[in-house]
Amino acid sequence: MIKVENLAKFFGTKRAVDGVSFSVARGEVLGFLGPNGAGKSTTMRMITGFIPPTAGKVSVGGYDMVENPIPAKRLIGYLPENAPAYTDMTVSGFLSFAAEIRGLSGDAKKKAVHRAVEMCFLESVLHQSVETLSKGYRHRTCFAQSIIHDPEVLILDEPTDGLDPNQKHEVRGLIKRMGEKKAIIFSTHILEEVDAACSRAIIIDRGRIVANGTPQELRRKSEWAGAVTLRVKGVAGSAVSAKLYQVQAVNRVTVVEEKEGRVTVSVFPKPQATGANGEFARAVGEAAHGWHIEQLQIEEGRLDEVFRSITMPDTKQEVKK
Amino acid sequence: MNSAFGNIKAIAKRELTGYFASPVAYVFIVIFLLLCGGFTFLFGGFFERDQASLMAFFMWHPWFYLFLVPAVGMRLWSEERRLGTIELLLTMPITAWQAIAGKFLASWMFLALALLLTFPVWITVNYLGSPDNGVIVCSYLGSVLMAGAYLAIASMTSAMTRNQVVAFILSVVLCLFLVLAGIPRVKEFFDSLGFVWLGNLTAAMSVMTHFDAFQRGVIDFRDLIYFLSVIGFALFTTGVILRSHRSG
Repeated sequence: MIKVENLAKFFGTKRAVDGVSFSVARGEVLGFLGPNGAGKSTTMRMITGFIPPTAGKVSVGGYDMVENPIPAKRLIGYLPENAPAYTDMTVSGFLSFAAEIRGLSGDAKKKAVHRAVEMCFLESVLHQSVETLSKGYRHRTCFAQSIIHDPEVLILDEPTDGLDPNQKHEVRGLIKRMGEKKAIIFSTHILEEVDAACSRAIIIDRGRIVANGTPQELRRKSEWAGAVTLRVKGVAGSAVSAKLYQVQAVNRVTVVEEKEGRVTVSVFPKPQATGANGEFARAVGEAAHGWHIEQLQIEEGRLDEVFRSITMPDTKQEVKK
Repeated sequence: MNSAFGNIKAIAKRELTGYFASPVAYVFIVIFLLLCGGFTFLFGGFFERDQASLMAFFMWHPWFYLFLVPAVGMRLWSEERRLGTIELLLTMPITAWQAIAGKFLASWMFLALALLLTFPVWITVNYLGSPDNGVIVCSYLGSVLMAGAYLAIASMTSAMTRNQVVAFILSVVLCLFLVLAGIPRVKEFFDSLGFVWLGNLTAAMSVMTHFDAFQRGVIDFRDLIYFLSVIGFALFTTGVILRSHRSG
């Protein structure tokens, strides 16, 4: 549905977006990750046709955004960053306007507004002026606007920003459910959202894509992927790590905590022995034979660590925990 | 599937609801009516003229509009930019021209409504005497067109900045140029320097010159063209400014 080819945007000499390519199919939820100022919003603004690209192409549903913007825009629902809305209107007035501009009228309009209001839990503020709404409600009002015409493509710029934890949970659930039938791109810098809602994630840094894959694939890039965390009772930390270093596939052993006669260590595999099939964990388990093991856990890899090591390459060595 | 007309209508409707949702519209209308009434009867010498005409009423319009129309137009685009709603508006399946036209027409209709509400003056003059109502209708038409020209300029300056005050001042200054260019003294000044053509040119650029004809009850094709082309030019420039902002 969405196809982005070598997209670039320069502001003066600053390269906000520099050669970004990806595509999103129907039924996919793409998480857009990156530090602040990485070019997420600029990319989304180009996809939605708000700003023209310096170079490259965007097409939505087969329509080129520069050459044929109107049919392309018709397919898109867009929640801009900071969720702007007309403050001098009521919620229902604002949503009616959004429906009208999407070509809905009469009964269809009423139904569309009703549906959006229900999905975004806005009944209680329907006749309130947008100006008087709390941030969470205002955000959901703008979100409702983006889904009013049941679009095939949804572009959401930080859809959970400013929401409380319950609302965040709800919005993630909503995105995931809608993602089954639509093509969705949403940006965030909350990594748990990637797990909660995305089928694929892209990490963008300084205008370039630095990683692209499913959350599992990204996690596997972490040095935590396949690592084993072990809690042993009655053995000294130094003895534990000395013994574990003898295991061939072990790259590094870190003592996490040592107190009350218990020691917790994390054992990292060598890169070639990630041990996806549990071999590494078995080897560690064998080495630990005879100890009183209270806990043994295979780590899946940590997204936050991947995110940091990718977007802050200089500090890669310091990032351990 | 929306037609261009449907889009413009939806935008205009939203804009008008926006006006009337806040006290701005009512305050504006009341002030406009007070000014019109006050100036017509106190300073315009409506009675002293002893004429059954609304000259004393219409002669003030170029000056009232100088401040009132920019006050109405200043929010057109600067407010959209300040709120960030411009990003919503311009990513909807409408062209920028439809948005510009819709917003302009809404404000224009609002100004026309305010002007219509001055009808008691018309009733008064008809009660007191028998004026040439053709001239009055013609003057109203000229007044609406002049308001439209000011408004288009306000729309243009509003697109330049997200600060409404700056937009207001800029458009007052620009409109003032269009007014002052037509006062006789400017023409006399150029004539005295020997640049008669320049005097004629500046006078031809002024709203005063063209509004005068309407006040005399003459609908000249050239005056119509003048007002419509000021509107067209200023709205076109609005579009160019908006596009240049988006290109960054």
